[in-house]
Amino acid sequence: MQCPKCHAPMHTYNRNGVQIEQCSGCRGIFLDYGELEALTRLEAQWAQVPPPAPQAYPAPPAPAWGAPHGGHHGHYGHRHKSFTHMLFSS
Amino acid sequence: MTADTLLPLLTARAHGAAHRTADGCTCTTAVLADRPDATVVRHAGTVVKAHAPGTDPAALALRLGMAARLPGVLLPPLAPEPAVLGGRLVTVWPYGTPVDPDAPGAAPWEAAATLLARLHRTPLPPKLPPMRGPANAARAVARLRAEAPAHPAARPVLRAWATLPGWARAAEPLPGPRALCHGDLHLGQLVRHPAPDGPWRLIDVDDLGAGPPVWDMARPASWYACGLLPPQEWSRFLAAYRAAGGPAVPADGDPWPALDPVARALTVQSAARAVAKAAAAGRRLDEVEQAVVDACDRMGRLSAPPARPVGCNRPEPDSSLSGRGHKPIRPARS
Repeated sequence: MQCPKCHAPMHTYNRNGVQIEQCSGCRGIFLDYGELEALTRLEAQWAQVPPPAPQAYPAPPAPAWGAPHGGHHGHYGHRHKSFTHMLFSS
Repeated sequence: MTADTLLPLLTARAHGAAHRTADGCTCTTAVLADRPDATVVRHAGTVVKAHAPGTDPAALALRLGMAARLPGVLLPPLAPEPAVLGGRLVTVWPYGTPVDPDAPGAAPWEAAATLLARLHRTPLPPKLPPMRGPANAARAVARLRAEAPAHPAARPVLRAWATLPGWARAAEPLPGPRALCHGDLHLGQLVRHPAPDGPWRLIDVDDLGAGPPVWDMARPASWYACGLLPPQEWSRFLAAYRAAGGPAVPADGDPWPALDPVARALTVQSAARAVAKAAAAGRRLDEVEQAVVDACDRMGRLSAPPARPVGCNRPEPDSSLSGRGHKPIRPARS
């Protein structure tokens, strides 16, 4: 197939299941019937993907001997009785 | 003097301070603590504390005097001088509402930090004895050596202890610059006075004295480093201390070069106590006790020199730290 604009040969690519023809000369793209709608649909699906969760606030600095992952090791998910005792004693 | 004979004496004393009359009353008496180092009895709005046997009377009087002079920071005593009762030194206090042990998540971190900052900024009176934090840490380690030297967890704890500078082990004098320190901060050392909704105040002057103020910051720091205190609560405590102008850590940047040796010492103290208690009870370490022992184990494996503060996991510590004499360890540039 030749480009209707510059007459250079066109190559076929598959993008997410949609066949598109792109000109090797002017880089113009030729879409068959229904392909524009298919691409629009794919774009809408992409936009609906929830954005990645915001990065958690960086943990404050911790010493080299601290618990793994800079001190947020996670004994505190549930308040451990033993830890509560430790909070209240020397 | 046994507790059996001490408790009635303390109760009578509390009753006398609460009511000032010999008449009978219907108030209840509660034993708030009964340990070898302290017996504390509450009667109505009055609390009487028998201090540890062997407490230095002159030092206690000076510490009590500080509490009387700083009523905005420390709970002021009801009686200005310690009394002797049943062979023990006794002090008398107003009752204050403590932090709810069932709701440690509601702990007043900001209030605690602000009180510490105010305490640390108080001009140091000339005759105050040294803060007793290192002595307490050394006592916990001595107990571990005496009672559970063969416990498998004793070895990493003692090895971590050996990495500490002498002053943190009570083997050398405390370094400067010195400030007025509480010496034994934990959540049991805060009460609301007047009960039940008054402002928070610090209690327990037994370890109060002159020393490096970072000692008071380092117990929450240790809890955070061991993975026990959530980062948010540690951050709140640290931010409030800085906002109140506390001198123990730099105003911004990484506080760990300043905190590190003392946070290590307090972690070792917690671990030593935990191992000795578990051994005495013939039980295994629980998850939290194991976490502090594990932290000691990691300390002992670090090659950092013990005599000065060590580096941390933050890539570029604030250069202003060097002005305080804390030089973070960085890899040598090749």
